[in-house]
Amino acid sequence: MIINHPILGPRDSQEFVYLGAAEMMNRPDGMSAGIEEFHEWLYHRDNPAGEHRELWYHEQGDRSWLVVTRNTLTHEISRVELARDVAKAMGRSK
Amino acid sequence: MRYSGFRVIAEALTGHKGWKPVWRDPAPQAEYDYIIVGGGGHGLATAYYLAKEFGQKRIAVIEKGYLGGGNVGRNTTIIRSNYLLDGNEPFYEFSLKLWEGLEQDFNYNAMVSQRGILNLIHSDAQRDAFTRRGNAMILNGADADLLDREQIRAMYPWLNFDDARFPIKGGLAQRRGGTVRHDAVAWGYARGADSRGVDLIQNCEVTGMRIENGKILGVETSRGFIGAKKVGVAVAGSSSRVMAHAGMRLPIESHVLQAFVSEGLKPLIDGVITFGAGHFYVSQSDKGGLVFGGDIDGYNTYAQRGNLPVIEDVAEGGMALMPAIGRARLLRTWGGVMDMSMDGSPFIDKTPVDGLYFNGGWCYGGFKATPASGWCFAHLMAKDAPHKVATAYRLDRFLKGKMIDEKGQGAQPNLH
Ligand SMILES: Cc1cc2nc3c(=O)[nH]c(=O)nc-3n(C[C@H](O)[C@H](O)[C@H](O)COP(=O)(O)OP(=O)(O)OC[C@H]3O[C@@H](n4cnc5c(N)ncnc54)[C@H](O)[C@@H]3O)c2cc1C
Repeated sequence: MIINHPILGPRDSQEFVYLGAAEMMNRPDGMSAGIEEFHEWLYHRDNPAGEHRELWYHEQGDRSWLVVTRNTLTHEISRVELARDVAKAMGRSK
Repeated sequence: MRYSGFRVIAEALTGHKGWKPVWRDPAPQAEYDYIIVGGGGHGLATAYYLAKEFGQKRIAVIEKGYLGGGNVGRNTTIIRSNYLLDGNEPFYEFSLKLWEGLEQDFNYNAMVSQRGILNLIHSDAQRDAFTRRGNAMILNGADADLLDREQIRAMYPWLNFDDARFPIKGGLAQRRGGTVRHDAVAWGYARGADSRGVDLIQNCEVTGMRIENGKILGVETSRGFIGAKKVGVAVAGSSSRVMAHAGMRLPIESHVLQAFVSEGLKPLIDGVITFGAGHFYVSQSDKGGLVFGGDIDGYNTYAQRGNLPVIEDVAEGGMALMPAIGRARLLRTWGGVMDMSMDGSPFIDKTPVDGLYFNGGWCYGGFKATPASGWCFAHLMAKDAPHKVATAYRLDRFLKGKMIDEKGQGAQPNLH
């Protein structure tokens, strides 16, 4: 698979480390969330067949985190964003 | 029809005209007592033991494709019970004991071959860990032997003992481990279940579940609604998709594992060798092909095929361990979709829906579990209580802090 890095252009997926579903970016607030909410966030996944938004880390590159939208049935990648931009768009960090 | 040596001779003398199809192809009935979703090894074994050991009737297995077309027919056929943790080892040893009597039990030749499995050791730390594991195995009634370098040299003189990165220092052997003809396991259980009245319904996909007031009433399928008092789901890599019909999210990701077979060679490896440090394992089939594999690809997927980087990685592991493999040609590669759980261990449990049961999370090691998984799932469904070797396989174990994490990797399915 080739991941089209928003800054570096097309890169072999071997340069990346895969973490999992991008929904993990939405970690509950440790000061207010209960154990059930944390449990849901840490252990449960949608695991869809089809479009999947997921986190890839460019370990052998610029060390950026990317949000890759990829089809789990075909491996086709339709969108690649910097995780940083995605987080900002969600109103996280100024 | 019972199979026997006499039968083979009798058929040979009469032109093989007496062999019949070994199971029926029934249309689904309106309602059953038990529906098992998934006609892989686990689903078929569950139906077989429900009928045979737990005396249950009106059972159907519903399979979206053909029997045995999933992982049960795609794996590298290794059986073993070399686990460390209390939640696992008694279960896998129960499974190994069932394998030992399986062919007599279901009167089918599954080519159960206890040719032994050897896990290689490359460092002092690894020897400590394997010694501990071997002791845990022995405490649970399994067999384990710690071997030194010379004992391994006597078994496999052609291994690369002096690899600079991973020199072979010893190994942990389980001589009762081995391989089993995987398709024959599906066929044997299917035949055994069918002959006890179980309806095996193929080309029938479960597309929904009918649940009212927290109770299961049956399943929607591509061949219409089928009612059931109890529904057990054993669909391996499709677990999340099927359980989503009941509104459940699971502690599971689906990943692909690839396998490889070389051209047929003369006898070279009489057991199974695993090279965990180099992510490679190998055995030789009775036809002569080297059957080998390595790590999962590592990203979520439902495609039953992997990518080239893993093929390269597995080939490198093979070359590091047994340089002679470089002269063999690769014949085939394929992949299967696996239900990777958050701690690398499986689930055999009830669900919040009354009458709905779940069996999954088998990762890359569910083939060896097939007999015990079927037995324990049937026990759970028939008696509404877990079998004593499967009490730890609960869906809420993460919430309770009772994970069964053999590798100590945490909630990262692609590392287990
Ligand atoms: C390459 C590879 C190598 C492996 N090597 C080993 C090994 O050496 N040793 C070992 O112990 N394990 C191994 N495994 C793991 C093992 O094969 C699996 O854990 C085990 O087979 C899973 O259980 P099963 O046989 O019931 O699954 P499957 O055979 O996959 O059965 C699940 C069935 O459910 C059906 N299904 C799915 N969705 C639906 C639906 N909606 N409606 C109806 N039916 C549905 C599927 O069609 C499938 O037939 C390996 C796996 C792979 C892929």
